[in-house]
Amino acid sequence: MLRRLFKDFQGDIVSVPGRLLALIFFILLLFVPLITSESYILRTLCFANIFAIFAVSWDLLSGYTGQVNFGHALFFGVAAYTSALLNMKLDMPVWATIPIGALAGVVAGMLVCLPALRLRGPYLSLVTLAFPLILLGIIFTFTGFTGGEFGVSGLDRISNSRVTDFYISYGVMLVSVMIMWKLTDAKSALVRTGIIFHAIREDEIAARSAGINTIRYKMLAFMVGGFFAGIAGAFHAHFMRIAGPSNLDLFLSFQAIIWTVFGGIASIYGPVVGVFTMYPLMEFLRVVPEIRMLIFAGIVVVILLFMPEGIAVFIRDKMEQTCPRCKLSNVWWRKNCRACSANLR
Amino acid sequence: MLEGIIVRGLVSGGIYALLAIGFSLIFGVARMVNLAHTSFYMLASYGSYIFASKMGMDPVPAALISLVVTAIFGVATYKIFIDRVREHHVTVMLITLAVAIIYQEVIMLAFGGHYLAAPTFVVGFRTILGIKVSLQHMLTFGVVLLVLAGVWALLNKTRLGIAIRAVAQDSEIANLMGINVSSILIVTMGLAATLAAIAGVVVAPTLVLEPYMWTHPLIIIMAIVTLGGLGSVKGSFIGAFIIGFVEVTVVFLVPHLAFLKGAFALVVMVAILLFRPEGLFGITFEEERL
Repeated sequence: MLRRLFKDFQGDIVSVPGRLLALIFFILLLFVPLITSESYILRTLCFANIFAIFAVSWDLLSGYTGQVNFGHALFFGVAAYTSALLNMKLDMPVWATIPIGALAGVVAGMLVCLPALRLRGPYLSLVTLAFPLILLGIIFTFTGFTGGEFGVSGLDRISNSRVTDFYISYGVMLVSVMIMWKLTDAKSALVRTGIIFHAIREDEIAARSAGINTIRYKMLAFMVGGFFAGIAGAFHAHFMRIAGPSNLDLFLSFQAIIWTVFGGIASIYGPVVGVFTMYPLMEFLRVVPEIRMLIFAGIVVVILLFMPEGIAVFIRDKMEQTCPRCKLSNVWWRKNCRACSANLR
Repeated sequence: MLEGIIVRGLVSGGIYALLAIGFSLIFGVARMVNLAHTSFYMLASYGSYIFASKMGMDPVPAALISLVVTAIFGVATYKIFIDRVREHHVTVMLITLAVAIIYQEVIMLAFGGHYLAAPTFVVGFRTILGIKVSLQHMLTFGVVLLVLAGVWALLNKTRLGIAIRAVAQDSEIANLMGINVSSILIVTMGLAATLAAIAGVVVAPTLVLEPYMWTHPLIIIMAIVTLGGLGSVKGSFIGAFIIGFVEVTVVFLVPHLAFLKGAFALVVMVAILLFRPEGLFGITFEEERL
């Protein structure tokens, strides 16, 4: 049994450079608190973990099913405000507010579905863009309840130390990303959602004529996306100890898209790579606050023009080659496939 | 009250119509959502400020030079950034957004975040229907009507307009018919940027200039264009006045909720799309039909 697991590990992870790199990266990340206890670095990594969940949930919804959501911050903000208000007004503990916040994200996903299922392409993008802005309007109207511009602040901490915070966010990120990866895995034998999401993106009419209830799966994508974006939002609120209008900002929605496209759309690992390169870089650029946004926009333009498939996919394609016969990935230096020894050149 | 709503609604609807028609044209012809569209409006306003206040020109020639410069900016933006990724619509949206942020940050570096004011073309006001309307607003409305008539004539009466509409209908067939599609795209982009720039220079005197002035009109014209039907010039014209009147009505009826005017406009858009998913005058294309 153990030996078989080890064999699988060797075959599926160690011999595929992309996966090996991912494994090394996650293990290294685990040891960061041992190397440095600098609060600032740990805080940055905490937020990177949270935003990784957020970006991956956008990727699941928009990259996989092709419903480009321009208002993903809605789910984030709804969950942040829900958990903040529950925590502040009803004194609910953290372990209750975060799941309820995530469920609020699911409800928001279902509400967005109502118009979104009837629309497609650019219409869908432009309509989803409207929802967080409408909600912002509502928040600014009922300032007594929502705190208006200042938001709801003074929430309970998740834990008392940065290191624990980091490990919690790390664990949640790992579990969420694994679940979303499995849900969207087109080769999975367990769930059919992966291949159906791909089918809906590529050709919805064909998917429907193959007997797939595409409406149900699109709703599912919205709800799963809303759930994980909600988890990210609720955690963010508790880490920052504030839920404010910036959680619904247009810029946050666009950041999710930019991280994902930067890393590689419809790939799950792409957004994670995107967040873990882009977010710390942006934090570092705070040393030059005047030109920070300029550099950010410049990087986005350069990446989109020269690596339109995303940086993670670009690097992976350089490192791996797919066997033409058995479709297994191989390291770039191999001449023959490791399984069927077909010639790779 | 009612007269106020009508006059103000006509003025702001006209401005939105100018912006939305350019946006709609470029979507119809190139199938791309150009989020940098209103940044040309911002550039043109700043242009007329630079030429008039900094260099001491008369307001009118300053505005004209600013128009030309902005049109060149528009075409250059298209050639450098958009042309190579035109096929992927998410990439186009992101890249145009990034370009808009670049323009915003450059303006921010050059002028700081201060509120600036461009010089007016005309001063004074007239009384129409018992309310005071400044001459600048009347001039704005006149220019808007003139330009819209010009665009209508260009699209319907000239060979160039026919070519633009042909490319909008089916770019491959238009190409087969001997229309140079890529040059039509450049011309359309220049035209759209010029329309945005005209809106920019005529409203510049009535607004305060600041580097974020492109975001609110961008959201509003996206609402307008979506509810009017993407790619439909008539739809965006009518949509612009619907949204303009909705905003002005909100401001007049509930003045303490004036900051909600954008949210109300978006609610109207969502409501209309619930009943007509392709917008009021939307065109559905064979391969894009649900």
